[in-house]
Amino acid sequence: MAKKLEKKHLLAIRWFHWINFPILFLMIWSGILIYWANPVYSIRIFGYELFHFFPQAFYEALGIPFRLADGISMHFLFMWFFTVNGLLYVFYTIISGEWRALLPVPGSFKRALQVTLYDLGLRKELPPQGKYNDAQRIAYSSVILMAIGSVVTGFAIYKPTQLSWLTSILGGYEWARWEHFWLMASFVMFFLVHIGQVIRAGWSNFRSMITGHELVTPDEESARKLSPLEEGVNA
Amino acid sequence: MSESKKGESSEILLEKVREIEEQKATASAARPEQENTAILLREEKRFTPPLDDAEAKRRMRAMSRRGFLIGGAAAVFGYLGYGWLKQPENNGIFTKAFRLNEDLSQDYFSAKHLAPEFPLEMAREPRYNGDIGLNGDFEPADWRLKVAGLSDPRSYSQYAEDLNEGIADSGPAPGVILTLDDIKRLPRVEMTTELKCIEGWSVIVNWAGVRFSDFAAAFKPRPVKYVGLVTPDSKYYVGWDMPSIMHPQTLLAYEMNGAPLTIQHGAPLRLVTTVKYGIKQIKRIGRIEFTDTRPADFWGEQGYDWYSGH
Repeated sequence: MAKKLEKKHLLAIRWFHWINFPILFLMIWSGILIYWANPVYSIRIFGYELFHFFPQAFYEALGIPFRLADGISMHFLFMWFFTVNGLLYVFYTIISGEWRALLPVPGSFKRALQVTLYDLGLRKELPPQGKYNDAQRIAYSSVILMAIGSVVTGFAIYKPTQLSWLTSILGGYEWARWEHFWLMASFVMFFLVHIGQVIRAGWSNFRSMITGHELVTPDEESARKLSPLEEGVNA
Repeated sequence: MSESKKGESSEILLEKVREIEEQKATASAARPEQENTAILLREEKRFTPPLDDAEAKRRMRAMSRRGFLIGGAAAVFGYLGYGWLKQPENNGIFTKAFRLNEDLSQDYFSAKHLAPEFPLEMAREPRYNGDIGLNGDFEPADWRLKVAGLSDPRSYSQYAEDLNEGIADSGPAPGVILTLDDIKRLPRVEMTTELKCIEGWSVIVNWAGVRFSDFAAAFKPRPVKYVGLVTPDSKYYVGWDMPSIMHPQTLLAYEMNGAPLTIQHGAPLRLVTTVKYGIKQIKRIGRIEFTDTRPADFWGEQGYDWYSGH
């Protein structure tokens, strides 16, 4: 049976993605080394503290306590790599045309809801999609906004006097710190959902993020409901 | 007659509307792109030409082998690297990067960039968070401020031939010895600003004192790059770059929240600023030295950023 190889992920995109993984890990980890020195955030409902960030066992497991200076030195070094890698990714996404696979349109929100219902087993069919479904488009675009938010709130905390205009826009120093923390928490949430979905999507999909390619049989191709117009583009 | 004409024209109008609606419905049915973001944004897919089974598998296997070799090596390296970083004895390997950030920060630094000031009602008592250099017997009335590294110390009535007198292994250091009144004679400035601790907390405090820049205008330093400040017992010491200490929101403060400084918060004279963390805002200053060599810094020696600039 004839097969095609689909080039799913461009080489540069794969590098940006995988380089970002250890950098983001180091940013979050070194961020927690800093946060440990003044751990003030928690989840509260009606004044009752449900969860305090973070439990001692968590700190111990990750080697966190008493390393504020070290955390600062790492955070303020790797922030540059995080920022530059992110900028390169966004820039490359624009010039390569890859943004067409990634950006949502207004109609995406309806279809993203349908995707979610499908994932929850409450709907039979996926709405039509390209490489990514509309929930993915929204998630992958949001994570870029989160990254921009992390860099912006980070700089507001880093230079609250020299960049006082920025810190003020964000509601002041303490709010900027709060925003920076919750953006980190959103990254962790994104990561957990992302890992779950990658596991669900299976080996071939995961492998394509490493090799760039995925094997497609004609059956699978039609099963993915490529519309005639899409085929036209592919030809 | 006009009645019937009106009826007719409204009938035609309705007809038209129905027609348009129908057209719309068929159009949207014929345009699936409205329901597919990928088509809407003209996303392209990239396929190889059809390959036979063996060839497709061979190519896939070759790419996988290479990709997973690189990826596996990177994963192992990353895991070992994290294990290594986790060891507290590997503290401080990235502190060199502080210098890079310092250079970048100084390129952007301007005395015109000011931190916001707050209404007086928002001022609070800051946490007492460090007693290094504040221990032992201390009589504020006997306190004097020694200043070294002036361009022409002899021109001041407070001239002292050797500030190092009585200190072993030190050369003579001419300078001035000042009383609190000498400081208070300079223009008094008040500011209600946010004190930021390197630990992450912050508190709004009202300070009164003199701008360091006014102090340096009254007691002119040699043209140097740095200032070192030390407690009378030499146990706490900070190093500052000249541009930061000359920032208009850097004060030699003698009052906090409307009262003279308490012993805990640095009586009789301490440094306060909006351009550096609390670790740099030395309490109970005993000596100020203008110098061209980068002064020692207590927390800088513990792996913190020597510059620690905001």
